[in-house]
Amino acid sequence: MPEPRLIVTGLRRAFGGQPAVSDVSFTLDQGEMLALIGPNGAGKSTTFNMVGGQLRPDAGQIRLDGRDITGLSPRRIAGLGVGRTFQITATFGSMTVRENVQMALLAARREFWRAWRPVRDQHAAEAAALLEAVGLLAQASRPAAILAYGDLKRLELAMALADKPRLLLMDEPTAGMAPAERVALMQLTRRLASGRRVAVLFTEHDMDVVFSTADRILVLNRGRLIASGTGPQIRANQQVREIYLGTGQTSGGH
Amino acid sequence: MGFLLSQALTALASASSLFLVAAGLTVIFGVTRVVNFAHGSLTMLGAYVAWTILRHLPRDPASFCLGVLATTLALAALGALLEMTLLRRIYRAPELFQLLATFGVVLMVQDATLHIWGPDDLSLPRPPWMRGFVTLLDQRFPQYDLYLIAAGPVVLALLWLVLNRTRWGRLVRAATQDREMVACLGVDQRVLFTTVFALGSALAGLAGALALPDGSANLGIDLSVVTEAFVVVVIGGLGSVPGAYLASLLIAGLQAVGIVVLPKITLVLVFLVMAAVLTVRPNGLLGRPVAAAAVLGAQPPVRPSSPALRWVGVVLLLLFVLAPLVAPSWILAIGTEAAVAVLFAASLHFMMGPGGMPSFGHAAWFGIGAYAAALSATVLAAPMPLALLLAPVAAGVIAGAFGAVVVRLSGIYLAMLTLAFAQIVWAIAFQSVGLTGGDNGILGVWPPGWVASPARFYWLTLALCAGGTLLLRRVLYAPLGYAIRATRDAPARADAIGLPSNAIRVVAVTVSGAAAGLAGAIFTFAHGSAFPTYVSIPRSVDALLMVLLGGVGTMTGPIIGALAYTGLSDLLLRATELWRFVLGAAIVALVLLFPAGLAGAFAGRHGDA
Repeated sequence: MPEPRLIVTGLRRAFGGQPAVSDVSFTLDQGEMLALIGPNGAGKSTTFNMVGGQLRPDAGQIRLDGRDITGLSPRRIAGLGVGRTFQITATFGSMTVRENVQMALLAARREFWRAWRPVRDQHAAEAAALLEAVGLLAQASRPAAILAYGDLKRLELAMALADKPRLLLMDEPTAGMAPAERVALMQLTRRLASGRRVAVLFTEHDMDVVFSTADRILVLNRGRLIASGTGPQIRANQQVREIYLGTGQTSGGH
Repeated sequence: MGFLLSQALTALASASSLFLVAAGLTVIFGVTRVVNFAHGSLTMLGAYVAWTILRHLPRDPASFCLGVLATTLALAALGALLEMTLLRRIYRAPELFQLLATFGVVLMVQDATLHIWGPDDLSLPRPPWMRGFVTLLDQRFPQYDLYLIAAGPVVLALLWLVLNRTRWGRLVRAATQDREMVACLGVDQRVLFTTVFALGSALAGLAGALALPDGSANLGIDLSVVTEAFVVVVIGGLGSVPGAYLASLLIAGLQAVGIVVLPKITLVLVFLVMAAVLTVRPNGLLGRPVAAAAVLGAQPPVRPSSPALRWVGVVLLLLFVLAPLVAPSWILAIGTEAAVAVLFAASLHFMMGPGGMPSFGHAAWFGIGAYAAALSATVLAAPMPLALLLAPVAAGVIAGAFGAVVVRLSGIYLAMLTLAFAQIVWAIAFQSVGLTGGDNGILGVWPPGWVASPARFYWLTLALCAGGTLLLRRVLYAPLGYAIRATRDAPARADAIGLPSNAIRVVAVTVSGAAAGLAGAIFTFAHGSAFPTYVSIPRSVDALLMVLLGGVGTMTGPIIGALAYTGLSDLLLRATELWRFVLGAAIVALVLLFPAGLAGAFAGRHGDA
C-alpha cells in the first residue's frame, strides 16, 4: 500500500473569530474519488479552498505525495500537480475548444513565453486526444463561448487533465447542469481519473451524484468532520441521517 | 512662518477649485457609471458663460453672485440637455465607448466655443472689491482666495445635506450602491439620471465661473481641468464626494509643497501619490469596489485571416511599396503618416484588445519614443539607426516599469492611470525647457543622406512599420499572444493552469510600449522634430479611435482603422475649418449607432463555425 496521495491533518480556519473549519483530517489515495458533502455553511468550500491554496489555514497541514503544500499560492500548488475546475465555469471565451486545451498544455509545459511559432500546430495531437477522452472532439473548432453548459464542464475537465495532475479539485462540478448530465459527467471523471491514477476531491450537493460516483464520502457539519466512509456506511450513519433526512432532504437537494 | 501660512492658504484655495470640478465628476460617475470626459468642457463653458454674463452686470459683489448663480443654472440646463440627447442612449455601452462618446463632445464643444467666443483668452476686469488683500502675519493674501477657500467646504456641506437629508439624495446614494435594485423599487431612473447629470454640470459651471476672476476663459481649460479632476476622483474613490474633497486637499497640498521644493517634479509627485494610493487602496481613499464592468464587451474568437484577406493585404502592401514610383511626394507624406499610424494603432490594440488593458494615454509611449530618438540624435549625436533602436528600448523599459506598478488595476482605474501618466510625460516634455526645448520642441532631427529623399525615407518607414505590425501579429498568434488573451478572458482559470498572469500582463504592456515608441521615433525623423503635442491627449484618442473604429476583436481591425482614420482626418482637415466639430460628431454618431462597439455590430457572424 503506497502512501496516500493527499494527507490533510488538523485543518483549522476561522473568519472573524468564528470557526469555519475545526480540526478536519482525511486522506485521499491515487485513483480515488472522495466527495465532500454537508449542509450549507458546513465548511466544504473553506476546506476545499485551503487545499487549493486560495485560503491559508490557521493551523494544520496539507501534504501532497509527502510534500508539505500548506499555505502555498494557488499557482505554486497548480505547478505541483493540482488541477481544478470551478463552480462557475471559467474557460477562455475568445478561443476555440481546441485552443483552450492547447493553452492548458502550453501552460503545463511552461512554453507560454514563446513568441514566434503559431499556436495552431502546437500540441494539436495531444489536445485532440484529451478532447476525444471527454467527448468534445467533434466540437473542437467551435468557440468556447458558445458551448452548452455541460460541454463547458467537460472542457474544463480536459483542461484540468492537461497538466497530468496528481490531484484534481472539483468545486461543485455539476452545479447548474441538468440532472441527467450530472451523473454522466462524474462517471466520465471517474473513468479518466482511475485510468490516469488521479486522486479526485469534489464537493457536491446532488446526493445521486455523490452516492453513485464517490469511492468514499466525507460529511462536514458546522466545520467538523462528523462521518467518513463508503456510500452504504454513510447512508447508515445515524448522525448523517439526522442532518439530511431530518430536514426532509433526500436527493438533488438544494 | 507667514510664508508657510500663505502657502497653506493658497493650497486650500486651489483644493477648493479642484474639489468643485471633481465633485461634479464623481457624483455623475457614482450614479450613471459614466466617466464623463466632457466634464472639463462643461467647466470651460462655465467660464465663458460667466464671462459673458458678468460683463453685462454691475461690478458689485451681489451682482457677481447673481452672475455665478445664473451661470450655474445655465450649465445645469445644458447638462440635462446633454444627458437626454446623448448619455441616456449609451448607459449600456462598454465603458471605453462611453468615454469615447464624451470625448466626441469635447471636440464639438471646443470648436463651438472657438466659433462663438473666438481664440483669445477672455479675462474679467477685476472690480476693486475683488482686488483687496488681507494681511496675515506680514504676508499679503488675496481676499478673493479666502472666498474660494470657503467655497469648497460650503459646497461639500451642501452636497452632504442634499445627499443625506432629502429623498432625492437618498435615491442618488441608493443608485450609487445598487442601480438595479433602485430600478426594481420602481424609481424612475431617467429622471434621477438627468437630475444627477444636471447637478454635476451645475458644479462644473460653478467651478468655471469661480475660477474666472483668478484666470481667464480660454480654450485650454477643458483638457487641463478634466485631467486634474480625474486624478482627484480616482484618488478619492470613484463616486465618493468626501473622498474627492480629501483627495483635493492632498493634491493641492502636494502641489504647494512641490512648487516650493522641486517645482519640476510636482506632476511626477502627483502621479506617484496616485499610484501609491491605488496600490494600497485599489478603489481610492474612500471608494467602494466597483463591479468590474465590461471595458470592451465579450470578444469573439480570433481566427487566422482567410486566404482572401491575406491576398488583399499582400496587394495593399505592394501598392504601398510601389507608390513612390508614380505618386507625388505629398502623397508619400500621407503614406508615411498612415504607416506610422498603423504601427501606433497596432501597438495599442496589442495591449487593449488581447491584453484587455485599456490605455487612455498611449501617446505616452509614442512621445517617449519620439523624444528618445530626438535626444539620441541631438544630445548623443547617435546615427539614425541607433536612435531608432534606442527609442523603442526606452519606451519599452518605461512602459514595463509603469506596467509593473499598475498591473493589478483594471478597467476604468487603469485607463485613468494611463491617461495621468501620459499627461505627466507631456508636462515633462513641456516644462523641461533645458532638455526638450519645451513648447519649441527639438528641431533638426532629419534622416541622414542615404535615406533623405522622400521615396527612400518612405520605404524605410514602410519597412519598419509594416515589419513591426506583422511582428505584433505574429506574437499574437503564438503562445505568448494566447497567454495574454487567457489572462484577459478568465484570470482564475489562467492562474489555475499555472500562467503567471501579472508577469504576462507586464510583458504585454512592455511590447506595446516599445512598438508605440518605434512609431514615435519614425514620426520624429519624418517631421525632423519632436514636440510636446506628440504626447497630447488628442494623440492618445487618435489611437483609440483607430482601434475602436476597426474593431478590437480582430487582428486586422487596427490596420484597417488606422488607414481609414488617417484618410478621413486628412480629408476633413482639407475640407472644413470645423474639422474638430465634424470629427466629434462622427464619434458620437458611431457610438450611438453601434453602442456595443463596432466589433460587436458584426458579432453575429461568429455565431458558429
